[in-house]
Amino acid sequence: MILLIDLCYREDSLGFDEYVLPVARIVERLGFRTRSVHFHAVSAGECSGVKAVILCGTPLADNAFLDEPEDFSWLKTSRIPVLGVCAGMETICRIFGGKLEPCIEIGMTEIRVTGRDPLFPESHSFSAYELHTLACTDPGPMKIIAVSDRCIQVVRHPTKPVYGVMFHPEVRNEWAVERFLSMTRKDGISP
Amino acid sequence: MRPGREIMGEMKLGVLCSGGKDSVFACGRAMEKEEVVCLIAIRSENEESYMFHTPNVAFVTLQAEAAGLPLIEMKTAGVKEEELLDLRNALILAREQFRIEGVVTGALYSVYQATRVQRLCRELGLWCFNPLWHTAQEDYMQVLIKKGFEVIVSGVFAAPFDESWLGRRIDLHSLPLLEKYSEQYGIMLTGEGGEYETFVLDAPFFRKRIEIREASSEYRNYRGIYRIVRAGLVEK
Repeated sequence: MILLIDLCYREDSLGFDEYVLPVARIVERLGFRTRSVHFHAVSAGECSGVKAVILCGTPLADNAFLDEPEDFSWLKTSRIPVLGVCAGMETICRIFGGKLEPCIEIGMTEIRVTGRDPLFPESHSFSAYELHTLACTDPGPMKIIAVSDRCIQVVRHPTKPVYGVMFHPEVRNEWAVERFLSMTRKDGISP
Repeated sequence: MRPGREIMGEMKLGVLCSGGKDSVFACGRAMEKEEVVCLIAIRSENEESYMFHTPNVAFVTLQAEAAGLPLIEMKTAGVKEEELLDLRNALILAREQFRIEGVVTGALYSVYQATRVQRLCRELGLWCFNPLWHTAQEDYMQVLIKKGFEVIVSGVFAAPFDESWLGRRIDLHSLPLLEKYSEQYGIMLTGEGGEYETFVLDAPFFRKRIEIREASSEYRNYRGIYRIVRAGLVEK
């Protein structure tokens, strides 16, 4: 079971169709079952039986999730693999001590992999879809895995299987979700 | 704490409507979750417009009337990038007249279209929603039909579409053929690649349906347009 967390401004919003459902379709196509829950409703027991968590993105104008950091405090103690997409990466950066600043990217952007990691095993560049008004300028303890000309694009926690990607992998880079989930399948995400 | 949308009530949205199935379906989806206060149509004089689908967009006015929604209509010469200025003016007008807080589009896969509308909305301080974004095409087409959207083909622009498709209804009889074309010829099932265009005659949220009273067709070499000449609203 993969838990998809909806970070949009309210439960069952119009953003759910655009930012959660496309990720759910990728995950289900890979043979996993999914469950979706709004970030307000994530409880301590929510992650029981969950193999991995994906924090999904939000509309460009929607940064309401940043106002309620206590809703994400479970990330600090969880050992479950987590992939944060866009708003999800911003959340992860904030929770683990990083800093966000205004940085707008809308549309296709070139991303360069700068750090070795199981999720990005080779140094290479790829084009990805971006939709954000903030970016992580100080990653805190997080390791930087990839960057664009404008900002940090991929981070990983130094000791936990927690990743953040600033780009939207559900648009033209489904392989990133696939690779993340294949690592959870093998229980192979080691620091 | 910043006020959330739940606290502020339903968001007022304008739907960018071409008259085709995707924008009308997106409108219905938006109505289920927020408050749709107007339709916005861009009438392009360029049939090759990068941004705006053209066949029969003049009849969006009937769709708006059928849905009980006001319509903001803006003409554009359809010159690449310049047409965005016309869209920008239409959005400003919708914001002034109907206090829209956001825009809904029927974009499915086009990064080109989605990126440009997202940038405009950002510039104008509007939210942007694409409820069909990366939808499962087969499921979407089935839902469209099962929910009672009456959709006809208003233009074909790729092989192997023949003239018989012009004005043809997309239903459970024609869908299997579209699926076959998708498999054998690589067309996108939804027509998102511009392989075919559609026009919606009826939708679950229409109070009346559109009846075509006169239409003409032009077709040559796998390209054709079904042009509505006269149409009106009738009781459902």
